[in-house]
Amino acid sequence: MAEEMRVVLRNYGKIDPLKIDDYINAGGYKSLEKARSMSQMDVINEVKKSGLRGRGGAGFNCGQKWTFAYQAQADQKYVICNADEGEPGTYKDRIIMENDPHSVLEGMAICGYAIGATKGYIYCRGEYPYVVDILNTAIAQAKEKGVLGNFDVEVRMGAGAYVCGEETALIESIEGHRGEPRYKPPFPPVIGLWGKPTIVNNVETFANIAVILEKGADWYAGLGAPSYPGTKVLTLTGDVVNKTFVEVPTNTTIRQVIYEFGGGIAGGKAFKAVQIGGTSGGFIPASLLDTQIDFDSMAAIGATLGSGAVLVMDETRDIVDVVERIAKFFEHESCGKCAPCREGTMRMHKLMSKVNQGKGTAQDVALMDKLGRVMSVACLCGLGQAAPSPVLTTIKHFKADYDAKLQ
Amino acid sequence: MANVTIDGIKVSVPDGSTILQAAQVAGVRVPTLCYHPDQAVKANCRVCVCEVEGQRLLQAACSQPVYDGMVVKTHSPKVVEARKTILELILAHHPQDCLSCIRNQNCELQALAEEYAIRENPFEKMVRGLPKDTSTPSIVRDPDKCVLCRRCVYACSVFQSVNALGLENRGNHAMVVPSLGKDLLDSPCVMCGQCIHACPVGAITENEQIDEFLAAVADPDKVVVTQIAPAIRVAIGEEVGMKTGEMPMEVFVAGLRQLGFDYVLHTNFTADLTILEEGNELLKRLKEGGKLPMFTSCSPGWINFCETFYPDLLDNLSTCKSPQQMFGALVKTYWAEKMGIDPAKIYSVSIMPCTAKKFEASRPEMKDSGFRDVDLVLTTREVGRLFRMAGIDFSKLAPSKFDSWMGAYTGAAVIFGATGGVMEAALRTVYEVVTGKTLEDLNFTFARGMEGIKEAEIDLDGTKVKVAIGHGLANARKLMDQVRAGQSPYHFIEIMACPGGCIGGGGQPLTKANVKRAERIDAIYVEDEGLPLRKSHENPEVKVLYEEFLHEPLGHKSHELLHTHYTPKNKKFL
Repeated sequence: MAEEMRVVLRNYGKIDPLKIDDYINAGGYKSLEKARSMSQMDVINEVKKSGLRGRGGAGFNCGQKWTFAYQAQADQKYVICNADEGEPGTYKDRIIMENDPHSVLEGMAICGYAIGATKGYIYCRGEYPYVVDILNTAIAQAKEKGVLGNFDVEVRMGAGAYVCGEETALIESIEGHRGEPRYKPPFPPVIGLWGKPTIVNNVETFANIAVILEKGADWYAGLGAPSYPGTKVLTLTGDVVNKTFVEVPTNTTIRQVIYEFGGGIAGGKAFKAVQIGGTSGGFIPASLLDTQIDFDSMAAIGATLGSGAVLVMDETRDIVDVVERIAKFFEHESCGKCAPCREGTMRMHKLMSKVNQGKGTAQDVALMDKLGRVMSVACLCGLGQAAPSPVLTTIKHFKADYDAKLQ
Repeated sequence: MANVTIDGIKVSVPDGSTILQAAQVAGVRVPTLCYHPDQAVKANCRVCVCEVEGQRLLQAACSQPVYDGMVVKTHSPKVVEARKTILELILAHHPQDCLSCIRNQNCELQALAEEYAIRENPFEKMVRGLPKDTSTPSIVRDPDKCVLCRRCVYACSVFQSVNALGLENRGNHAMVVPSLGKDLLDSPCVMCGQCIHACPVGAITENEQIDEFLAAVADPDKVVVTQIAPAIRVAIGEEVGMKTGEMPMEVFVAGLRQLGFDYVLHTNFTADLTILEEGNELLKRLKEGGKLPMFTSCSPGWINFCETFYPDLLDNLSTCKSPQQMFGALVKTYWAEKMGIDPAKIYSVSIMPCTAKKFEASRPEMKDSGFRDVDLVLTTREVGRLFRMAGIDFSKLAPSKFDSWMGAYTGAAVIFGATGGVMEAALRTVYEVVTGKTLEDLNFTFARGMEGIKEAEIDLDGTKVKVAIGHGLANARKLMDQVRAGQSPYHFIEIMACPGGCIGGGGQPLTKANVKRAERIDAIYVEDEGLPLRKSHENPEVKVLYEEFLHEPLGHKSHELLHTHYTPKNKKFL
């Protein structure tokens, strides 16, 4: 029987998140102190050696990212915590921030020290006003205690745009512009917020930092899958018995997540599909359930780990109908900057709608397949590149569901 | 240097070059749509995507820097599929009324559709169905045709600092819209038309008035008189298959007669006149402690800009009307009288490089002759269309001279068409008036060229005058902010709304790149050098005008006909 492993959520339920002393008594801010006794490069090397990869979705080596920002010469650098948790079905960052806000602040401050930044921003989802209150309380306490030293943190709220979870759109939003992504390169660690080197990491990524410095890179690198070590906080939704969150090592399989942690399919029904990583995640059929959830294993089956949302669908679910709704979501959330996403998400929704209404033809499905293929390689940012993934993976794995609706 | 392979061709390019630049070196043309040579990279149309060996994602050639050892395929099957699909998506959202579009055969989207053999579009045609914006007399916007490349937004905000165009909504509902207003007239738009040059398609165009011209020449009761602005000759050839500057003036005049103009006169005449009026106004302000620095007032886009953004500095503007409007006021008074023509019958058409001139001519105060001073303004592009419509073969056309009394001009008037030209022309005259000496070297070269702001201190026999020249309204803004802050060291400032001056005006043959502007400027100075008279005060017909009609610069008649006043615009933009 697989077991939960609480690394990120190490203090969950054990401390009062609104009391900094609770966090300190649990060993909090010791890693920051330790980091400050090390050289900046030693801190970065420790993070690099741990193998920690970004928990926001792209899975880039965290220490490597920090190296770029460290090496960039600038009079100011920034640390941004991406708390714009906009993926439907995902609430892991909220759990972390609600229950252990200081673990995020500590991770950010360590990053700030390592790259040479004295200013940090937490870009928090607009739908989480109460989380903003918790964060502001934590920041005020940390400032009062003086634990952050010369590192200043400020909370900025999003206004509901999904695309602002994309790091460069998030930066544009903080700068007061339309929430639209920038082309890359240059990447934010070189040219980021207000043109300065900037590290944007996810809440969960930052929550991993203090414990890596405390217990060491080797310890961390030994957890879970070697290519994507550590744990992952997953949020289980849909037709699963236990609709809850779990933190598991990354070598856990999808089957274990659904059947052992999730308690299987609700109502004694049969499994149909699971979508992992949020709305833009691929749909996974029963035949692939023994895949490990780590980034590379998921990529190998054309899926993503993404944000760690796990949406389980039972045999009664209409896959085509679900995907149409997803296509509508992307049409609504496209920022409109690049042509293939602006036009493509709208067309995809139109075509999905036509097929779902029983008016589609095999040519429509073929066109969606081509459009999705083009979008996934030609769109400007991750939103447009990932948007067709539910369409493409369901055409691949659930073709019969489409065929049943065609004219 | 980075060694890069483009479609199997090995090239060595400087570090930091983009794939697009490397491809140019390799002699491979990568198609683009949102890319503009003088603007920052946008990478939003994705038409230029290429395949880079070892990468899953296609990369935009305009934004992706090369690295040593990079292997690029610019037209692999994967690339062609992507480009074709993107073009199909854009086209399906476009009216595709190419035959009746003003940009027919001169449209970047149309050219791409042709190159990529777009035939049956698998995506259903869906046009937004938005109304055209015809609120200004200068510019027409057709939002249905907009491809969201944002080149107009960049031109308006970065080159011109006007910010009349912005973005609204998101996703498929995203639109370029007039900022802070329901339409362009209600926005801070100064009608300079730089957005037209930036637009790859027919989404922003001049307010075309060809039909009004055709109706006028068809009317036997009308005496149709034209004036040609200084910047037209060097550029009009581009509209009829000639090189920049290649059209001889007399052949151009002959072509205009073919179009049905009864008299062909020259705005250069009133450009020379402007120098006498404006030069004397400057000297008067210097002597009598008038408002300084004095700003030139020839450029109607600039006047709109000043009225909109610097209403507190309107007293610094020269009260001289622009040469177009001086001409308009004189042709229905002085010239009509001299020619014995009833001014009520005169239909005054000006040929301008400018869209803002259409607005200027429609200003309510511009009827000092007792009639509408200028009845119709045609841009260079519209005249180009009329020439093509008339099927004129310029190589076989016998040259023709300008008609009398408002057709003579000097080199000083010719250079009005380029940034710095009004300043140089003014200095040629002011120097001789103040010092009483003959100017040895007429070439004030500091005033020439595409540098955004140019300045100099001129020694007028002991009197030192500091002057500055700005072109493009973002440069004007810098000079104006200095004046507003009380820190301007200058006595006299020339501003032209458009980059490069009138040769880059919003009505000129479509000019995507600044190198074309520089070419036209070169042609302007070649013309100036070749003229026997190069100082405005030596213009023989201007001398006659003062002797017989105006009597003296800044005199009673001048004030009545040649000078104007300015009005602050809507305060919401300040």
